[in-house]
This record gives sequence, structure tokens and C-alpha cells, in this order.
Amino acid sequence: MDEERDQTEREMDWQPSDGGPDARALAAVAAVVLIGLHFLAQTPLWATIIGWLAIVVSAWLVRRPASAVARRLRVVAAPIVWPNSAMKALADALPDPCIITDARGIVRYTNDLASQRFGVVPRGEPLNFRLRATALNDALEEVVALDQRRSVEWQEKIPTDRWFEAHLAPIHLAADPQASLRKPDFVVLVIEDLTEQRRSERMRADFVANASHELRTPLASLTGFIETLQGPARNDAPARDRFLAIMAEQAARMKRLIDDLLSLSRIEMKAHVRPDTPIDLADILRHVTETLTPLAADNSVVVATSLPQCRMPSRGDRDELVQVFSNLIENAIKYGASGGRVEVVAGSEPAAPERPQWWTIAIRDHGPGIAAEHLPRLTERFYRADIDTSRQKQGTGLGLAIVKHILTRHRGRLGVESLLGEGATFTVRLEADVSVGAGAENSTEAAAASGAKPAEPPAGARRQGPQTRRARAT
Amino acid sequence: MADHTVTSFDQELKGLTTKIAEMGGLAEGLVGDAVTALTRMDTELAHKVMLTDARLDRLQQEIEERAILVIARRQPMALDLREIMASLRISNDLERVGDLAKNIAKRVTAMQGNFAAKKLVIGVEHLSEIAMEQLKDVLDAFALRDDSAALQVRKRDDEIDALYTSLFRELLTYMMEDPRNITFCTHLLFCAKNIERIGDHATNIAETVYFVVTGEQLTTERHKSDDTSTLAGPDAK
Repeated sequence: MDEERDQTEREMDWQPSDGGPDARALAAVAAVVLIGLHFLAQTPLWATIIGWLAIVVSAWLVRRPASAVARRLRVVAAPIVWPNSAMKALADALPDPCIITDARGIVRYTNDLASQRFGVVPRGEPLNFRLRATALNDALEEVVALDQRRSVEWQEKIPTDRWFEAHLAPIHLAADPQASLRKPDFVVLVIEDLTEQRRSERMRADFVANASHELRTPLASLTGFIETLQGPARNDAPARDRFLAIMAEQAARMKRLIDDLLSLSRIEMKAHVRPDTPIDLADILRHVTETLTPLAADNSVVVATSLPQCRMPSRGDRDELVQVFSNLIENAIKYGASGGRVEVVAGSEPAAPERPQWWTIAIRDHGPGIAAEHLPRLTERFYRADIDTSRQKQGTGLGLAIVKHILTRHRGRLGVESLLGEGATFTVRLEADVSVGAGAENSTEAAAASGAKPAEPPAGARRQGPQTRRARAT
Repeated sequence: MADHTVTSFDQELKGLTTKIAEMGGLAEGLVGDAVTALTRMDTELAHKVMLTDARLDRLQQEIEERAILVIARRQPMALDLREIMASLRISNDLERVGDLAKNIAKRVTAMQGNFAAKKLVIGVEHLSEIAMEQLKDVLDAFALRDDSAALQVRKRDDEIDALYTSLFRELLTYMMEDPRNITFCTHLLFCAKNIERIGDHATNIAETVYFVVTGEQLTTERHKSDDTSTLAGPDAK
């Protein structure tokens, strides 16, 4: 299909054609046909001549280059024109996504940046199959109708907030003498990404709104204690010690809140850029479980990890993914402590060859579980399923919001399953890097099978991966 | 899709799909603007949404007329006929989505000045994020004729239902805590219901897309997890 199209493209590089049917040929053909009719069908001679004259006159009208009919005909009959190689090279050289459409909004060429940013727009399909923004398509229509340049801004909300500005300009091919009478041959769209700029404007306002609201509570309690210490409890030594301890705790809470809010806004700041550094998820998981061993010991929780024997190649930001898994495992240790064990099971989703493969990492605790009505809302900022426990465990209400934002940036997903009294399972899905480590699937499945029952010693030597590690609390 | 001998038939079919994409973009924009108007209490934006909805209605009429003309002129069969039927169905769904967005915008103007805690709105915002993702995915699936993406959308509708149920409970709690919250919470509850129904329309479109591509209707009942109709109150368990 593509080959065929390329060939057409080469042939269709614009050549000036004189257009319109040839009037003399038409008159001759009409004469022959009408004379034939006169002899065979016995049509009267006067009717034949009038008919022939009518045909000749209309043919002449059409042939006349400046006539309205000729113009219309030429627009309708104009061959589909494809951008020539010079135009394509120009589009490729631009630092921004660039799309070339024809006057009807059909995509004729996209540079690589455009395909990367907006997904492949098949050539020959309308622009709005991919870019549906009303403002953009209206602007395109205007550019064609008025034959003028336009710039237009629009916002996309899914998967993350993004702002764009498109600059549209009509193009006429100079080789065509009647260029000014025709619609533009092409419209060139150059799309600029305004996200960074807009986001920093918005972010400041959002941060202040969030921070001021959440910091007010610990601040109020701090000022309360300070007033008490200045007044009635000035000379009461035991009360002073107690109050100072509470004040220190509140101050620590404020610090955690500010840290979390800052890292959340940092992540939101670059939410639209998908990180693409090659990383190994197995390595990250091992690192995280090691660093959390002391915390697990304090809560007398056993963390059992079960990782595949191979590498788990993916693309992402190492520090952020470390934060994802440490937040999740830390939560499991803190809130599922009563269950005594936390399981971290990594596996892969077998996928059709043409689809990218997914890594799934499940973090399961055996604590009290989470009620169904809270499940869908856990990732909202400052949403707490159980406010008292959260305060007690020094939670800020932002941990899962951070996890979700990082995963959105990585185009990953977070799933939560839980039944009251039976613990909770948080599942992270991340796209695998298919370009690295093909053929890893078999060992992964074996490891996933052993991961189903991590408590028992694996039966066969093959299943006992050298990298399957268990962090055990003493 | 194999091309037809009569190229203008191809153009007519493509024209219909382009119009649907146009409607889709407009509907997406309306929902986004309506929710933004709600979270920021921006009555000006809400007015804009209410005015733009008329354009969506006109587009739907236009699609209907065009579809009828194509059927009358070409007597389409099989895939072509399915495609035309799908355009009709999807344009209906999108028109409803526009109406729901308009209704949210109307409530924003009605709530004017009654701004309660931002915390209440976060839940509705979260719900709308999922609904808009569904709408975007299903419109992409239609443009690319991707039946598996459509099935994914249909599967994810449970998420919206569960979130709506949770929001319903939370809003009830707020209303019981303080009767002054009732006006605001009721409006918010209807907004949430509207967004949940936008999600339902996305699911409908997903089923239509599946029908266009495969020629089979999805008949298996989906599991319904919206049980707010049987919910008495947050403390009645």
C-alpha cells in the first residue's frame, strides 16, 4: 500500500497541465455522432444542427481559461498532489512537529517529530483522525477559506495536561499559472509545545493552594503550644517537655508534607515528557527491598521477593521508580504489619508479538485490607482511607498520588485489589523494553510460577533463581 | 478497506467519519471545559460551554442528513452499511455527551458563590479524568478501527462506576454533617452522575466500534457495579 502510494507521489509531482477538455476534438466527435443519428435514427436535420451547435458553444465556454466553469472544473479535476522531496526535506529539518495537509485537511506528510508526539497519522487520512482539537481544525478551515496564515492555541488534558500552539500557513505551488484562483495546494502546520511554560505558571498557584491548606493544621497546633509555653506553662517543667515533644513531631510532619508536595510538583512539572533511559526493574526492586529491611524489621514484617531470573528491561527514570516501589512497599509494611508478611512478586504479561510486553509487579500485604468504597480514590491527593491510622503512621496523604503521577509519566498503570480482612494487592504495570533481552520470557514464567508460593522452598533447582532473594526480619 | 469503483462513494464515507471525528473533538473539548469550569468555578467558561453545545447539535443533524443521503443513493451493504449505522449511533452518543457537559456547565452557573471545600471537587475531577480518558481512547479506536482498544475501553467502565459509588457515599456524609452543604453537594452529585454517564456513552461507542470492525454485536452483559440506587446512606450497612 505504502509502496504504491510512494509511486503515485513521484508521478504526481506537480506538472502544469493545460486542463479542460479539448473543444475541437469534442466538436468533431459530436458532429460524427449526430450525423450518424441523422441517417440511422432519421432525426430531423434542423434538430441535429442545433444540437451540434449547442455542444460546440458549451465546449468553447469550458475551454476558455478565465471562465468560471473552467475554474470549477479545474478544482474538481485537479490531481491529488503530494509534497515533493524538497518540501519533505524542509519539514524534516524543522525542530518542531510539522504536518502538511491539503486543502481538505487530508494529511499528505508528517515529519518524524510529529509522529513521535501525536502518533502516526496515516497519509491520505484526515488530520482530525489524530488531532481532534476543534480550535485547530477550525483554524485549518479558515486558512483554506481566507488564504491567510493563522496561529492557534489549544490544550490537551489526557493523559497529562499539555498546551500546544500551531502555526498554519497556506502554500501555493508557483508552477501553476492560475495559482491565485485555486485553493491552496497545501497547508503547513508547525506545532509548538507550550506545556513547560504554561505548567510553571499554573504550578505555582496550585502548590500554594495545596500547601497553605494542608500546612495550616500542624501550624495551628504549633502556635497553640507556643502560646501555652509563653503563658500558663512557662514554669511547668514536665509539661514543657511533653509539649516540646509534640511540637517536634508536628514540625517533622510539616517537613514531610513540604517534601512530598515538592516532589509531587517536580513530577507534575515534567509529566508530559516520557522518560526513556534504559533501566532494569529487577535491579530497582532489589535495591528498594534492601533499603527497607530495617523498617520491615522494626514492624516485624517479612518481605518476600520473587523476581524473574533474567533482567527486567524497561525505560524510565530510576530515581522515580525507586520512589514508586519504596512508597508501595513501605505502605504495605506500615499498614499491613498485622499480617506479618509482604510479598513482592514480579512477572510478565505474555503478549501477542506485535504488542509490547508488560512487566507486572504485585505488592501484597496481609493486613486489614481496604474497604471497597476507598479503592478507586486512593490516588487522590490528601485522600486517606483511615485518617487516624494515617496520622499515626506519619502519612502525608500524598504517597499514592506521587506513585500515580510517576506511573502516568511512564505510561504505566497502578491497580489495587483488596478485600476487608484479607489484605491488599497493589499492582504496577510498566511497559517492557522489547529492544533489549528478547527471549527472556521462558525464565520469567518459571520465576513467576515459583513466585506464586514464595513461602515454600522451590522444588526444582531450575526454579531456585540465584537472584531470588528473601529479606527476613530477625 | 478496499476502495470502491465509484470514488465519490469512498469520499462520502470518509466525509462521514471526518464529521464524527470533528464531533468527537468538540465533545471532548466541551467535557474538559465544563469540568475546568466546575473546579475553578469559572462561570464565563461555563457560558461558553452552554453556547458551544448548539454546534454539536448542528453537526449531529448534518451527519444524520448525510447518512440518509448515502443510504438512499448508494444502497450500501456489509461493512459500508455498518459504517453508516455506526456514524449515526456514535453521533447520537456524542450529542448526548455534549448535553451532559452543558448540564454540568449550567450547574456551575447555578452554584455561583456557593463554593465549598476544594476537597469535595477533587473526587469529581478524578472521575472526569477517567471519563475523558475513556472518551479519548474510544474516539482513537474509532479513527483507527481498532477493535481491541474498544474492548479495553468497555472493560474499564467498571472503574468509573466504582469511583462514582465512592463519591456518592462521601457526598452523602458531607450533607449529613452540615445541612448548609446540601445545595452544593447536590449539584456536585448531579455533576458526578453526568460524568459517569459520559463514561457510559464512551462504552456505547466502544461497542459500536467493535460492531463496525468485526460485524458482531457484543451481547454479553457487563457487570454493573453502580449500586448507589440501593444505597440508603453512609451509615446504613
